Amino acid sequence: MGDILSFTDGYIKIKNHCHAVTAGREREGTMLGSPFDLWKDDESCSEYLARQGVSRRQFLTLCGRVAAVLGCGGLVAGGRTKALAKEVADRLTGARRPVVVWLQLQECTGCLESALRSGDRTIENLILSMVSLEYNELLMAPSGEQANAALSKAIEQPHLLVVNGSIPLNDKGVYCVIGGETSEALLRRAAVNAVAVLAVGACAHYGCIQAASPNPTGAVGVASIIKDRQVVNLAGCPPIGEVITATLLYYLVYGHTPPVDHDGRPLFAYGQRIHDKCPRRAHYDAGQFVASFDDDNARKGYCLYKMGCKGPATFAPCPVIGWNQGTGFPIRAGHPCLGCTERHFFDQMTPFYKRIPDLDVPGISVELTANRIGAAMVGASVAGVAVHSAATVLRKYRTRKEEQEPESLPLAALGEEDTPGQDNDTTKSK
Amino acid sequence: MATQRIVIDPITRIEGHLRIELETDGDRISNAWSCTTQFRGIEKIMQGRDPRDAWAMVQRICGVCTGVHAVASIRAVEDALKYPIPRAAELIRDLMMEMGTVQDHVIHFYHLHAMDWVDVVSALKADPAQTARLAASLSDWPTNSAAHFSAVRKKLQESVAGGQLSIFSNGYWGHPDYKLPPEANLMAVAHYLEALEWQRDVIRLQTIFGGKNPHPNFLVGGMACSINMDNQLTINQVSLAQLEGMVQRARDFVEKVYCPDVMAIASFYKEYADIGISSPHLMAVGESGYSSAGAPAGQLKPGFVTDADIRKLTPFDLNKISEYITSSWYAYPDGDKAGRHPWNGETTPRYTGPTPPYKHLSDNQKYTWCKAPRYDGMAMQVGPNARLMVAYSQGHAETVKLLDDAMLKLGIRPSQLNSTLGRTLARVLETQLLSRRMTETFAKLVEGIKQGDVNTFNPVFWDPDSWPKSAQGVGFVEAARGTLSHWVQIENRKIVRYECVVPSTWNSSGRDPQGQLGPYEHALAGNGRHPLRDPQRPLEVLRTIHSFDPCQSCAVHLTDLRGSPLGEVIAR
Repeated sequence: MGDILSFTDGYIKIKNHCHAVTAGREREGTMLGSPFDLWKDDESCSEYLARQGVSRRQFLTLCGRVAAVLGCGGLVAGGRTKALAKEVADRLTGARRPVVVWLQLQECTGCLESALRSGDRTIENLILSMVSLEYNELLMAPSGEQANAALSKAIEQPHLLVVNGSIPLNDKGVYCVIGGETSEALLRRAAVNAVAVLAVGACAHYGCIQAASPNPTGAVGVASIIKDRQVVNLAGCPPIGEVITATLLYYLVYGHTPPVDHDGRPLFAYGQRIHDKCPRRAHYDAGQFVASFDDDNARKGYCLYKMGCKGPATFAPCPVIGWNQGTGFPIRAGHPCLGCTERHFFDQMTPFYKRIPDLDVPGISVELTANRIGAAMVGASVAGVAVHSAATVLRKYRTRKEEQEPESLPLAALGEEDTPGQDNDTTKSK
Repeated sequence: MATQRIVIDPITRIEGHLRIELETDGDRISNAWSCTTQFRGIEKIMQGRDPRDAWAMVQRICGVCTGVHAVASIRAVEDALKYPIPRAAELIRDLMMEMGTVQDHVIHFYHLHAMDWVDVVSALKADPAQTARLAASLSDWPTNSAAHFSAVRKKLQESVAGGQLSIFSNGYWGHPDYKLPPEANLMAVAHYLEALEWQRDVIRLQTIFGGKNPHPNFLVGGMACSINMDNQLTINQVSLAQLEGMVQRARDFVEKVYCPDVMAIASFYKEYADIGISSPHLMAVGESGYSSAGAPAGQLKPGFVTDADIRKLTPFDLNKISEYITSSWYAYPDGDKAGRHPWNGETTPRYTGPTPPYKHLSDNQKYTWCKAPRYDGMAMQVGPNARLMVAYSQGHAETVKLLDDAMLKLGIRPSQLNSTLGRTLARVLETQLLSRRMTETFAKLVEGIKQGDVNTFNPVFWDPDSWPKSAQGVGFVEAARGTLSHWVQIENRKIVRYECVVPSTWNSSGRDPQGQLGPYEHALAGNGRHPLRDPQRPLEVLRTIHSFDPCQSCAVHLTDLRGSPLGEVIAR
């Protein structure tokens, strides 16, 4: 996380440099009109700066400083600063804030609420300073026609597509219709020019509660519809707010989506089991269990395994990152983990208050102890990653040979002027 | 003047998917249809489940008013099992509900409703020093300084400088109906941003007791968070100190920012006390809920009032609730005319609307996934204005004083709480009452802990072997958006029927067999006088619809748990 944060700061520095130039002009007495005239709609960063009287030389000096800042962040080795300065200049020349389209399909808005809870890199910081959130039903100002016009314009451009919610396929999609259009049609339309697709939350992942047996509306996740590229699954009902914002930041900083496990979940968040980082773990190892809620052992903070805790079978960052700016997480507050980052937890992890060996966790024999289940799942996860990585390496190798693809750099998200085609791997997730 | 047809879809800045179709006569609305266009079938999924798991599943009905469905569910199950709950657990649930509603109301105003009244672009023209003077005249909130407002204006300028307006793209900026001076607009934008910071702080109260937010954990039989002052992993002195801070900060923001802002903004839009007048009956079930055992002793009586006489309360009888499907895409075995009580709920979806993509839904008798609940045949408004009026009718001293003061300041009458402005005003006044009550609830919890009242769970009926072979229960709560009830029937330790009657179902329902409009529709088309100046920019409609705080994922649910397959779909 250290790199990400420092590079996030590097990104901010770039913006501050731009603003510093503007502010300087202001101090010199150049009257700037309405802020809307500052940077015209069809104008690139360099055109805008030129119009403001910033010379090409000054601009390149700025880019050199930016490159130095980026170099200090630790991602780029020393000696490459000059090349990076050119890269920054090239990309900043066409720079615009990345456009984000954030759909809400069949869902409960809990995932977007969770994003609103993210601390440090907050949603307001993201949508006012780092990206331009051009369509989101919960937050956007206009409704109806004007909202639909904003969507149509946004999805013509390269954009990041974030999706909350599932897609009901039964009965021609009549169970979730937005602006007169089915959620499937809307998703397909919005995905055409998307440079990355983030499926945020269990509904977008696989359908969550709607897809629980008997799945009355035929709800499926985003990856069941968008099959021609990697869909990053931010698992959880909902995911932790910081995981959502950090995934967006990861893309903004590195220009590609983060590496994922076998189920499309970013390793930085879903790489380890809750059980392995649990503050009650020592009690599990010592055989000290809560036998009934609020019994003496509960009041001593003992392990909740016998109360039905799914922590041993659940890959999630809850004990590490914590919920609501590290305030706590369910096991910390005495309640067993429900396993909400695992597929079909409303079917696979229920009854919630029954302990794991009595449950049929997918792919795992019921006789196994919780600990062995966890170990087996760790293995499965790593194998999944390895296979995926190999495939990625092959694809990248082939693409680079054919297209002379530049190495992905922190600002890859900024300067892409070409509309990314289906085969342009530079903007895709690894 | 010719009748014009207007479709607004999506209605944004709400929870879920809502479409409003209108007919206008000149610049007035002559007819309205409220169409909920999402259906998820959650209650169908409840069939055969362990009743102790139900709260977690129905909680996913909504992530905005997160928690209220869980509490209604555990109360319904506990009502069915006659399950007594320890006092500390009740107080913790009350605290979580109170903070949930306080936070929900503030988010609703600043992040979902404010842009109907506040012209964000006009804020760029504001003078920060004058803004600070304006703000200082309203409250002594510490960040109301020229330096702070200047920084906010700069942030906003920088954000839009590139011509990329983000969430402000295509807003109705410059609409002649925006009436606030630039300084009031800048103040509101600053508080929009501060409210975002505030909400993520104070809602951590739910995380301390429930482990996470959204979707905190609850428990049939009590709460899972044990209280032990001498352990790291329990509610201890550190937790109490954190909670005390959150309760205090919640109250401070409500009293010093939210209340003065709404009062100041309302004073520019007083004509909205005569716009958006909806169904004349308003219902609430009291403060801490209601079950088949009735309301807890000492609390406000449940019932309904009519706006013409808000001193007269008609007592509540849960047998008088019926749900109709005249305008909804369902089929009842005995036809579309008869209503059904929640104990006898029946839902077979039968879509008869046009195949998407479509242009109009209102050409058809059926146009929504939302059923139409009625009380004794009458459409009911539910929500903060209903709660305040029901409390007012009983002479609840604190409510009467707060409401009388506010009405005097704005020069409006009690009956005008049934209006677009009235609903928004009632929400802020209620938040003030709730944030005060939360201080009292917290004090009771701490006092109890001092006396050794630390039990948070009662194990007596945890084991399903202790349950009767069949049981049924209902849990009513007053959720942020109004009266919510969950109805559960249990047989052989499993759920066989589960029904929710949700605030937004009451408010966003369509027409019933008598042709009576639902409250959203009534507010827009009830008297033919609701304005709509520019159909391309339907600002006035958003004001009225948002004054209800719509929650459409809540509004629609599937109720038949008897195992019948999903019904046929006739798409044409």
